[in-house]
Order: sequence, then structure tokens, then C-alpha cells
Amino acid sequence: MMGFHRWAGLGASAILLSALSGCGEPPQTLGAAKKDAAAFTGTSVAANHAGTWKSGDKTAWEQQLKNRTQNGQNEYTRAP
Amino acid sequence: MARMKFICDAERCIECNGCVTACKAEHDVPWGVNRRRVVTLNDGVPGERSISVACMHCSDAPCMAVCPVNCFYKTDEGVVLHDKDVCIGCGYCSYACPFGAPQFPSAGTFGVRGKMDKCTFCAGGPEANGSEAEFEKYGRNRLAEGKLPICAEMCSTKALLGGDGDVVADIFRNRVLQRGKGAEVWGWGTAYGSKQAGQPPQPGAKS
Repeated sequence: MMGFHRWAGLGASAILLSALSGCGEPPQTLGAAKKDAAAFTGTSVAANHAGTWKSGDKTAWEQQLKNRTQNGQNEYTRAP
Repeated sequence: MARMKFICDAERCIECNGCVTACKAEHDVPWGVNRRRVVTLNDGVPGERSISVACMHCSDAPCMAVCPVNCFYKTDEGVVLHDKDVCIGCGYCSYACPFGAPQFPSAGTFGVRGKMDKCTFCAGGPEANGSEAEFEKYGRNRLAEGKLPICAEMCSTKALLGGDGDVVADIFRNRVLQRGKGAEVWGWGTAYGSKQAGQPPQPGAKS
């Protein structure tokens, strides 16, 4: 009878331990935001690119945006 | 490259909501979320003014300061973006933002708040430029395509200017000189500092 109680106790302890292991907290280390690729590197779909700048050419990309701003948003340069 | 900025010319805005519609269509923005909206001041009173409001991509962004999980980052062009995989939807940024820019789509069950969504200056997010994942989470990355924000490009009266801060400030300054009034820019000082838009840049001063 004592042997049965011992084995039952051990079994219950094992079940409790395995159940408790499921209550472990997930890691809560704070992850920083992912690194973003610079806009001047362009996209994989070259057909969507406006203008004649080439992906990775930062100076040309900046000039493209400046030209587009002047041509698209400054009506005084279009119709003085 | 100077930093990217928005200017809304209250003398020109006619409250057509074209910017709002263009933004929603371009980025497939879900129901209940408006990254941009038009606000009318003194509605119905003679002299009422309308302005188009969205994230202004502040120089010293308060949303970045209060985010408890540090999901915000700023690009080299001064565009304030965030990582939706890090955002926990707590809403602190919404309380901190002076423009009411952060939006929270309903996540479904019991109206639980989802990940924060806001204007990206059409610059996407931290996924690969132009990828499907980027479009799903943040919308189209027009800057990486050599284009400017769709709201500014679609504005019928060119009330909303968006692009390189020095260039759009020059355009606005010239406009004010031509018409001789309406030099005030709502939100400019709050977003970018006390310097008024349309004034010549000080040598060596930061944008």
C-alpha cells in the first residue's frame, strides 16, 4: 500500500512539474525596430521607378525628388 | 538632402478631401483608419479655413519619445516610421501626438485595438522596399520609386505641399510673395520648431 502511495506521489509530482513547465514566461527582451533600407536604393520593380535615376544613386534620387517637386507642385515654374 | 516636410496652405485648401481619398486608395488603408483628414476651422463662420492634417514627421517627434517598446525610427530624410512587428498598440503615441496622427484599426475580437497605423510620407516601413509585406503593413513605398507623397501630388489646388523641406518652403514663400497674404502655416512651428515656413533658412541652422 505504501509503495502505491509513493509511486502515485511521484507520478503526481511529475505531472505537476511538466504542467508548470508550460507556464514558463516567453523571453521579454525588448527588440529594436528592424533596419530599413534607404529609399534611394529603390525597389525591386524598376518599372515603377519615376525618372531616369538608377537604384543606389543617392544624388540622382535627390535630384529626381527636387525636380518632381518643382514640376508637380510649383505652378509658378510651369506657368509664370 | 534636407529633410522631408509637409506644408498645408490654408488659403488654398478647398476641403475637397482629394488627399484623404488618394491616400486611402494608394495604400489600401482599411475601414476606420484615416492616415490623413481635412479639418475645418471656424466652420460656417466667414473666413473659415480648412487644413489637411496627417503625421507631420516632426523634427523632435513626441511619439518616438513616449513609445514604451521603441518601435519608431527616423530615416535619413527625417521621415518618422514605425515597425508594426514591435508595436503593441498601447496608444501612448496617440496621446503624445499634437496632430492626432496615430490611428488604431480594430483588431476584431471585442474591439481590441490593433497595431498603430499612420502616414508614412509614402515611404513604407522596415520591410524590403516595394515588397508585398511592406505594402500589406505600411502601404506603397513611393519615395523608393522616386515619387512624392500621393496626397501632395494629387492635391488639386496644390494647397498641400510635400517634399524636401527647403524646396517646399521656397515654393510656399514665392506663393505668399505673389499673393501678399497668408504666410501662416498651421502646425509648422509645432512640428519643425519655431521657425516660420517661407522664411529664408539661416546659414548652418538645422532643419
